[in-house]
Amino acid sequence: MDLQTLTYIVVGITFALYIGIAFWARAGTTGEFYAAGRGIHPVANGMATAADWMSAASFISMAGLIAFNGYGASVFLMGWTGGYVLLALLLAPYLRKFGKFTVPEFIGDRYYSQTARIVAVICLILASITYVIGQMKGIGVAFSRFLETDYDTGLYIGMGIVFIYAVLGGMKGITYTQIAQYCVLIFAYTVPAIFISMNITGNPVPQLGLGSEMADGSGTYMLDKLDQVINDLGFNEYTTQVMGSKLNMFVYTLSLMIGTAGLPHVIIRFFTVPKVKDARSSAGWALVFIAILYTTAPAVGSMARLNLMNTIQVGEVGVAEGNLAYADRPQWFKNWEKTGLLQYEDKNGDGRIQYYNDKNADFNKKAAEWGWKGNEMTKVDRDIMVLANPEIANLPNWVVALVVAGGLAAALSTAAGLLLAISSSISHDLLKGVFVKDISEKNELMAGRIAMAGAIALAGYFGLHPPDFAAGTVAIAFGLAASSIFPALMMGIFNKRVNRSGAIWGMVSGIGVTMLYVFQHKGIMFIPGTAFLGDMDPNWFLGISPNAFGAIGAVVNFAVAITVSKLTAPPPEHIQHLVEDIRVPKGAAAATEH
Amino acid sequence: MSKAELYWKANVRLVSILLTVWFVVSYLFGIILVEQMNTIKIGGVGLGFWFAQQGSIYTFLVLIYIYAKRMNALDVEYDVHED
Repeated sequence: MDLQTLTYIVVGITFALYIGIAFWARAGTTGEFYAAGRGIHPVANGMATAADWMSAASFISMAGLIAFNGYGASVFLMGWTGGYVLLALLLAPYLRKFGKFTVPEFIGDRYYSQTARIVAVICLILASITYVIGQMKGIGVAFSRFLETDYDTGLYIGMGIVFIYAVLGGMKGITYTQIAQYCVLIFAYTVPAIFISMNITGNPVPQLGLGSEMADGSGTYMLDKLDQVINDLGFNEYTTQVMGSKLNMFVYTLSLMIGTAGLPHVIIRFFTVPKVKDARSSAGWALVFIAILYTTAPAVGSMARLNLMNTIQVGEVGVAEGNLAYADRPQWFKNWEKTGLLQYEDKNGDGRIQYYNDKNADFNKKAAEWGWKGNEMTKVDRDIMVLANPEIANLPNWVVALVVAGGLAAALSTAAGLLLAISSSISHDLLKGVFVKDISEKNELMAGRIAMAGAIALAGYFGLHPPDFAAGTVAIAFGLAASSIFPALMMGIFNKRVNRSGAIWGMVSGIGVTMLYVFQHKGIMFIPGTAFLGDMDPNWFLGISPNAFGAIGAVVNFAVAITVSKLTAPPPEHIQHLVEDIRVPKGAAAATEH
Repeated sequence: MSKAELYWKANVRLVSILLTVWFVVSYLFGIILVEQMNTIKIGGVGLGFWFAQQGSIYTFLVLIYIYAKRMNALDVEYDVHED
């Protein structure tokens, strides 16, 4: 059977599964719509959280980032997992004890202020909307590349699927589909990884393959071999290359960790478990399911890079026959050339492919002696590493089809979680909390569904017409969440003295500093040409990249909030009791009677 | 000091210890001391590189496991557990 038919069948089966679950898990009350009736088992919630969390970026882009950044990409591996430690130890159990439905609701109650609640809603929507655009684009791209539909058609199909299960089922429908989506995506990720690890190192466990010897009997370790192969072509050594500087890596990792813990669509997943105890263990289970993919990714990235280099540099460097003749290129190479994500230009006209680092001055001298006239792989899109991996390793077509279904599952599950966070902050925080306080349960549920449909339409619109700021957005979402939401939540629990003014000024200045830094280097709202300080390393504050600045924003938030609180009156007594109450698990069952 | 205050103190102490380990494995072993750590090899991987791409994640899992287990025990010890 040809690849396209097979892909249609595999993707079709998974979509039918998601729709089936949607009809089975319809929501009847606001409690079910916002928090799945608080009846989700901690292991099941852990699995749903993992799918909620791992987006198209984790599934498709991360291994590519690792392949081309080597050690430097460790910031993503540590940053996107270490945040769960913060979430489990500092936020999840207490927010579950608080027992409400949304993140802004906690901020509004704890800081006894509608203003604080509205500021939190704005921060939430800014972070979530930027994030969801990326998912929508991922869905459109996956459809257009593998199912050969238009990008637009793919996007409409994706929106339709999310519409069915998110509008009908709310959190309840989303939870059960996310569990199914986790199973699809983790299977799709690990199967090719196992095959490739077997091929290269003979070890079927990718985590161990990373530290194993090559299977060719040379006795060389896989990573040493990779270092040597790319060093021979002038690239930076894989295992030691840093991202920017070590200070930048430190701050970047911290931003991603704090941002992870502050992202509302992840936090609200912990409102769905029955008890405080379950919130603690559920965070652990979430990380178990995430770690399966995250500890596999370094093997996938390094081995994909080695495969790619070996495909092109077939023999000794500097000898003409050492480079692959363009006419002999494998089928996967041709397939990806058609998409434009892989591009070749025969600069020296020898009909062979020279792929090397032409920005390395020393190496360029040697290359010139061999008659090389620049790197001829003019484009190697890092996103193709995971998608092309099964083809590069000659795996059967059903594995390729599975990877497509896995990528779609990752994008759909994250989009649904984000859309719920957005729609509940509109129907519950703005409508019921501020504008129509006496709204009935039935009408609030209807409002939730309408807000969800509106959020899907908005996300779809931005997916079709990506605004300028969509390019660098997912990384920015972490900075926004890190600098605004996380500090407000943590201080709300751990510092009784922080009051209304402190929290509001903290959030505003934290997110303000972060956005200012991003805008001054990336352009106002990312519009090209409006950056008033250049987007280049020498202009960065201490060499910290804009994507990594959220941690600095968070520090500003903490400092401002604590200083302002010290200078103003302490929170009223009933708030201090509220904090004392959320610090102990006892009485959580009562809190669900909302 | 009241029972609730003692419980909170024990909680903060536990969290501080666990977060110290969290910092050491990721920021110290994985970033700050990575060159020194890399002189030690396990299999074909330098220890610093291993902590940055594998070891820190495994440690995070252990930290959450210990936290959940210890907190559940503290809840019972200070009689603040859920019914």
